Amino acid sequence: MPDATGATPTPEAAPLHTGSRATRALGLAALAATVLWALYGLVWSPPDVEMGDLVRLLYVHVPVAVLMYTGAGLTTFASVMWLRGRTPGWDSLAVASAELGVVFGALTLLTGSIWGKPTWNTWWTWDARLTSTALLEVLLIGYLAVRKVDPSPAGGSVRASVLGLLLFPNVIIVHYSVDWWRSLHQPATVTRLDPTIEGDMLVALMVGLLAGGLTFGWLLLHRFRVAWLEQQVERHDLAAAVADRRAEGDGGTGTASPTPATPTEPEAQPA
Amino acid sequence: MWRDVALVAERDLRIELRSRVATNQVAPFALLVLVLFAFALDPDSGVLRTATPGLYWVVVLFSGVLAVGRSGSLDDADGIRDALRLSGLPPAALFLGKALAVTAQLLVLELVLIGAVTVLYDAPLDGFPLLAATCVAATLAVAATGVLYSALVAGLRVRDTLLPLLLLPVLAPVLIGATRAFEAALGADGVDGWSWCGLVVIFAVVYIAAGYLAYGTLLEG
Repeated sequence: MPDATGATPTPEAAPLHTGSRATRALGLAALAATVLWALYGLVWSPPDVEMGDLVRLLYVHVPVAVLMYTGAGLTTFASVMWLRGRTPGWDSLAVASAELGVVFGALTLLTGSIWGKPTWNTWWTWDARLTSTALLEVLLIGYLAVRKVDPSPAGGSVRASVLGLLLFPNVIIVHYSVDWWRSLHQPATVTRLDPTIEGDMLVALMVGLLAGGLTFGWLLLHRFRVAWLEQQVERHDLAAAVADRRAEGDGGTGTASPTPATPTEPEAQPA
Repeated sequence: MWRDVALVAERDLRIELRSRVATNQVAPFALLVLVLFAFALDPDSGVLRTATPGLYWVVVLFSGVLAVGRSGSLDDADGIRDALRLSGLPPAALFLGKALAVTAQLLVLELVLIGAVTVLYDAPLDGFPLLAATCVAATLAVAATGVLYSALVAGLRVRDTLLPLLLLPVLAPVLIGATRAFEAALGADGVDGWSWCGLVVIFAVVYIAAGYLAYGTLLEG
């Protein structure tokens, strides 16, 4: 395991990277599944009777859409858990899953748009599912914006967790109202274009879900560890600053009080 | 509890009566946007008249963001937020009081705007019960959601730019529901106005409950 050298700001035996044996195994599994996904999606599965080769895009689109909702749901769940116990880990999980939600949401909109152009002959249509997905993406971006701007870590967690708590209920309300809005305006013809799929196509979709899920889990673990390390650094910086102020108060001798975890050179700490 | 709610609402409204921010800035802004819509959409083509419900509620949402931002900034100065927290008033009462104060201001503004669209856009004004019910429900929804989200961004330097980004997508269902209900009230065919009004009522209830429960947590942070 790597030790903290004198120059690094983390005094405890903090890792210098976010990998571990488990994540490496998970990453390799995700990579293998992705190769399988490409083979099934592009080579081994037959073209659809109606959509032709366009159906292959759905093997990507459906898994990333599912993972976007997973990310949003995890954010809400982690926010609720943080509000209950105030355990820092849940806070890290909330920010990690929200970020992945934004990434997979962008991929969902992008792949959906590319699929829509040849199928519906338009990049965008005011379909209920499209509209509510776009609004969910904006909600997630707003959540991350709140996380980014708050200077105080503790206050930021409270804000973000209440916002995260409201995230999934908002998604549900927005989805149903938009659905109702469109179905009253025009019959929802374009949404139901998923015929019953079977055989190799079903396998391709399942492999896509598996590969996407593994990749999601792998990214989530790494992002979670980064968020966790950020929290450690913040906490350590605070402890070092407090120690420095105490030392000043003692007459400027420069000896920090022993309780906070300080590195070997306290003078190098304050920013 | 209700005495506390009335106390907080009265405080906010009294500040408004003395500072006149809503009357001197928010209301003229709303009227200005109505005029800008007329510039953007040709007034002779009848588009304005057809689009009146939608334009009306977009203006109300924008004004609502301003009113809510103002309501939040009342507590920024002189450590008022800390004083409120130490005052012993229940956080739920603070939330309801502030939301009611914003509701009262927006309802007055909406009355003015209804007069304005009748005159400026030549909108036919019928279906009074539905209009009134939708106005009350949608205004409560905007005020409750707005006060909750303005507490979320309270004290941040980028508050003014962040609030619309958070608030407007959340209020999309209110815009949809209130617009459809208004269309029905103004005589559009095939729109069930009362069920759209019901959607707005449900939204308002959900957000009043959310604010009632979450406001205390936000104040401590």
